[in-house]
Amino acid sequence: MILLIILVSFVLGGSAFAWPDNRTRPRLLLVGAAVHLAGVISLWIHPEGPVLSGYIFLDAAGKVVVSTSSVLFLASAIYAQGYLQRRADRDNRVFVGGLLILLSAMTTVGVAQHLGVLWVAIEVTTLATAPLIYFNHNARSLEAAWKYLLVSSLGIALALLGTFFLALSGAGPGGPKSLLLDDLIRAGPELSKPWVRTAFVFLLVGYGTKMGLAPLHSWKPDAYGEAPGLLGALMAGGITNFAFLSVVRVFQVMRAAGEAPFASDALLALGLLSMALAAVFMAGQRDFKRMLAYSSVEHMGILAVALGLGGSAVGGAFYHVVNNGLSKGVLFLAAGNIHRAYGSKRIDDVRGAMRRLPISGPLFLAGFLAVTGTPPFSPFWSEFIILNGAFSSGRWVVGAFFLLFLAVIFIGMGATVLHVVQGDDRGAPGQPGFKDGWLTAGPPLVLLLMVLALGLWLPRALQGLFQAAAHLVTGT
Amino acid sequence: MRSLADMAFILVVVLDLFVLASSRLGAAIRAVALQGALLSLLALLLASSGHNMGHVLIVAGGAFAIKAVLIPWLMFRAIREMAIRREMEPLVGYVPSMILGGVGVVLAFAFSRGLPLPMPEMHTFLVPTALATVWTGLLLVVSRRKAVTQVLGFLVLENGVFVFGLLLTDFMPVMVEAGVLLDLLAAVFVMGIVMFQINREFSSLDTDAMSSLKD
Repeated sequence: MILLIILVSFVLGGSAFAWPDNRTRPRLLLVGAAVHLAGVISLWIHPEGPVLSGYIFLDAAGKVVVSTSSVLFLASAIYAQGYLQRRADRDNRVFVGGLLILLSAMTTVGVAQHLGVLWVAIEVTTLATAPLIYFNHNARSLEAAWKYLLVSSLGIALALLGTFFLALSGAGPGGPKSLLLDDLIRAGPELSKPWVRTAFVFLLVGYGTKMGLAPLHSWKPDAYGEAPGLLGALMAGGITNFAFLSVVRVFQVMRAAGEAPFASDALLALGLLSMALAAVFMAGQRDFKRMLAYSSVEHMGILAVALGLGGSAVGGAFYHVVNNGLSKGVLFLAAGNIHRAYGSKRIDDVRGAMRRLPISGPLFLAGFLAVTGTPPFSPFWSEFIILNGAFSSGRWVVGAFFLLFLAVIFIGMGATVLHVVQGDDRGAPGQPGFKDGWLTAGPPLVLLLMVLALGLWLPRALQGLFQAAAHLVTGT
Repeated sequence: MRSLADMAFILVVVLDLFVLASSRLGAAIRAVALQGALLSLLALLLASSGHNMGHVLIVAGGAFAIKAVLIPWLMFRAIREMAIRREMEPLVGYVPSMILGGVGVVLAFAFSRGLPLPMPEMHTFLVPTALATVWTGLLLVVSRRKAVTQVLGFLVLENGVFVFGLLLTDFMPVMVEAGVLLDLLAAVFVMGIVMFQINREFSSLDTDAMSSLKD
């Protein structure tokens, strides 16, 4: 089933390039998304064992990320129907094909149990998205695409070096001589220490670039600022989550090798730095899409901190992966609608979005409240669990900084968001004829309801899944 | 065999320095292509009797086809279409780049002592060569202005990483190694497309023209 899901989205992506009709081509996205979600649901009902001699297996950690992005992709695919209809003038061949190949590659990252396979799939996510950032065909989006392509490729090349180092750490006599996660974890303490440590540094830099952790985030504001809203949703709520999963995989090996303290300190440092940097750059941000990019830097920082804290915070990290994916979907899709309705994403031009867009405007505000951790939305609970993990394990300083940055970000982001949604929209620039439609406002609305529902009631199955995923990482 | 491998490693490092110092784009691309060819030769030279020969041949052949033939061909095509001949237009001059490259080589040799290979039968030059080449690649990407040269730097970096891959033919399945090589090819292809658009949009491949996005 897993292989089938990966293959179907890949083949659909390929056929999108051959599909002759520009108007009907976006339907392929719907087909791909529906097949993917159906496949993921069937994997929930009938879990599947390892396939391809253990290279491919959907474990609990992978299941969290894959299921989240499956839902997010379906929402984006429905949104795309409305969006691409409006952009009928533009050839969407590369856009549709690239998105489907991205879906296929992301799923592969989620189920890869071999660090080489994982690397190949991560690289494909970069290559599939870079041309899509250029969808608007102007100088600014071109600059963003180039930066994203070059910075990510360099980061990923360093991750490959790290992967090779990890392989070398187990290449001695009696070593596992393998890059399969299970073999590396089983060999654990026998791995050569200096190589494991060097490997971790390169892998963290490489996959950290892909996550967009500070100071490796330089591509992020540009790419998210210029990409169409739905691509931003899939990058911030999908790809970065998978990059986090890659870091989790590496961390599993580090813990087995007895290097968890070293890895945790590095993760805590990068995580807190990301949150601090997001707090600084979010204040006074004049461009609301770039603001969302810094929010993504912040949330990747939160995930890194949670993984670095270990213990009960790790379960919170997996919960937060879901919340981050869904709420980034709300924000980016709503922001895309606002951008369309005003023809600008500068807050000097945009005001009164609540009046002009009676659904997307309030959604943008609600999405902001959700993502900054306001109860009763679900990010509040995951951030609460992480904070609780910090205090209960005696990491008072980490917990205090965590809270401080969350508070500063709430204020900084709130100022920008309120500026966008409040006020009188008369006199603001606009594109006549753009209104909230079901296809463009419905998907973010449903995603927001999901964020709300998960905050009010967390199903037992999900709770168990987060615990099982955390068990893979912490062993308890 | 041993001395031949020695020669090949030294040549790879010499080519690093040559690319750093060369002002002609064509010569630099040829040097990177030659480096790719040397790597595929090294894959053969380093294979001991314990290796699966079929696997080694596939990796060596694939590396030669992609690193020494296909990618250089794509790069030459790109500079022909965009009518760029020479001038690497460095942000850091050629002599300073050479010196930085040389420092990198020395550091690579010093650093590799701290990382003894777990396989003692393997070559002592391997780790320093790989590290020096990775360093050269990074240096090229950050110190050159033209998009083409940045791609060239990325290729040198990938060559450095590949040197480590030479040790791992035993436990990377062929499919994964093929995936790594194909990803590289696809990356250069996508970079080529984006470069082509940059050239059209800005009438040059100068990445300094691309500085409108900032906070």
